Amino acid sequence: MMRIETHPILETFEKGRLIHFTFDGKDMTGYEGEPIAEALHAAGVMVHRYTTRRHEPRGMFCAIGRCTDCVMVVNGKPNTRTCITPLEEGMVVETQYGNGRKEEAEW
Amino acid sequence: MVKHYDLIVVGAGPAGLSAAIKAAECGMQVIVFDENHRPGGQLFKQIHKFFGSKEHKAKIRGIRIGEELLAEAEKAGVEVSLDSIVLGLFNLKGVSVMRNDQIEHFRGDNVIIATGASENVIPFEGWTLPGVIGAGAAQTMMNLHGVMPGKRILMVGSGNVGLVVSFQLLQAGCEVAAVIDAAPRIGGYGVHAAKVARTGVPFLLSHTVVKAEGTDHVTGVVIAQVDDHFRPIPGTEKHFDVDIICMAVGLSPMSQLTRMAGCKMVDNGGAVPEINEYGETSIPGIFVAGDVAGIEEASSAMITGRIAALGAARRGGFLQEEDFQTQYRQCLDSLNQLRQGMFCKLNKGRRDITETDEGYPLSMSLLTKGYMTEEELAAIPTVDSHDCGIHPVIECTQNIPCNPCQEACRFGCISVGENITRLPGVVPGSKCTGCGMCVANCPGQAIFLVNENYEEGFAAVTLPYEFLPVPQKGDQGMALDRSGKPVCDAEVISVKTSKSFDHTMLLTMKIPAEFAGKARFYKPEKEGK
Repeated sequence: MMRIETHPILETFEKGRLIHFTFDGKDMTGYEGEPIAEALHAAGVMVHRYTTRRHEPRGMFCAIGRCTDCVMVVNGKPNTRTCITPLEEGMVVETQYGNGRKEEAEW
Repeated sequence: MVKHYDLIVVGAGPAGLSAAIKAAECGMQVIVFDENHRPGGQLFKQIHKFFGSKEHKAKIRGIRIGEELLAEAEKAGVEVSLDSIVLGLFNLKGVSVMRNDQIEHFRGDNVIIATGASENVIPFEGWTLPGVIGAGAAQTMMNLHGVMPGKRILMVGSGNVGLVVSFQLLQAGCEVAAVIDAAPRIGGYGVHAAKVARTGVPFLLSHTVVKAEGTDHVTGVVIAQVDDHFRPIPGTEKHFDVDIICMAVGLSPMSQLTRMAGCKMVDNGGAVPEINEYGETSIPGIFVAGDVAGIEEASSAMITGRIAALGAARRGGFLQEEDFQTQYRQCLDSLNQLRQGMFCKLNKGRRDITETDEGYPLSMSLLTKGYMTEEELAAIPTVDSHDCGIHPVIECTQNIPCNPCQEACRFGCISVGENITRLPGVVPGSKCTGCGMCVANCPGQAIFLVNENYEEGFAAVTLPYEFLPVPQKGDQGMALDRSGKPVCDAEVISVKTSKSFDHTMLLTMKIPAEFAGKARFYKPEKEGK
């Protein structure tokens, strides 16, 4: 796990309750209200999407909603910026292929 | 319907909030728009103590300054609209804002744009791989959300951002494999570099990234030395196993809104609007503040924010000329204090500075390796008074705008003087009591208390310590030198904490007397373990 339990300056981090969500069908846990991308990163997920033309992997880069590299399909909605979208109970998070879900990708 | 305000501020970071607070205090009706879910810009990721003097909120951590600004904004009656993306700034100060997927229109008699900056990126083979991140992203992960960016990180860029974030990565429990920079000199403050170097992180100047390794995400990196034209030199490649490559290669002003509004633009480290001394652009009533007008520090952004607000208040008839001039002068004096020294804008990129303002030789080792040699330290008389018994050793040898050490000592032992970029020195004839306030308050963690005669054959060194686990009295570990190399065994003889230290611990270690001039960091383990 990549969570910081105690910090020399910040002490502890205020978190929402521990909740369940799915990532590509797998059951995952994260804290309610934290960005989806943070929950994924803490669980070791690096690849958020594959690009349309070259099918290259992309992940979180700026973490503040600017670069759009971290977009995924969230509850069926593609191009969701996971680094600034708060995690909710039962969310369905999927790797994005091109502009949508894997099944819809034209490759 | 178009809603009307005396002043519309775009951006709720240090510049925008400071502007809004000042304007509201002048009696203006103000609204601040920010696209983020939380106000404060990047302040809440800045967990280090700021530089400057008391009026610049020196020795206070950025996060606390953020909290203070929010409290002041609330008290002043500033309306802050979050999750609000400003889509456009049109003629006559019309502002279009998207909130909750709806577009709303506002008009301000005055507009202050304080949109800050975005991070630069350098391309290399594999630079799009997951695991290549911006330094800001690392700060967001570890300081806001409590998530470690990676286990082992390569930092690219040795400016203050690269140095500060490297230290924060260490505090978060990550390993920093190295700090590299294509430039031949470390770009940030020597004191920031020194606190990273003494933990054992190597600095590799004149080095660049050749490629990121990995198929789906970063598993390693290859770097190489560069020639005078920044081209990699074949045969100098080095490999590091890392899972994150973190880029801190500068910032660019986010000036799109001013361009859109039709403000005249000039080049100042990126396209920025041309402004007068009050931050007003070529369009009367449109002002800018903070990094959008040219990259500086958060401390100066807060002042340029206040100056722009004063300009807007005068223009709107909320401030008489006399009051304006008085307040503007105060702000300007404060700003000018920060715009001095070897790292100020005027001196940026200069390679010909070889001496301090006092005429002492600059440490070349500090500028290339991140730490000073004992010979270099000995050549600067302000560093060590060589008093008997406990006394401060002030390893602050570059002219940077900072003076909390002077105020920290209640016994008047340390003096910087009127000009806050002068080097601090021990006042002759003063008596150190060993209270350690200077050690705890130095934002650069550059002051140590040394007692060469602690016990027969043993010296005591007190150093600032901001890592976990908290060492305990009696712990046995190693003393490291300024380069992070173990030099001798060390016994912890005291660990002092205090609310006023704000999480900086004062760790005192007992070491063999001959290492009193070398030992500058404590590692809680024995060599070879």
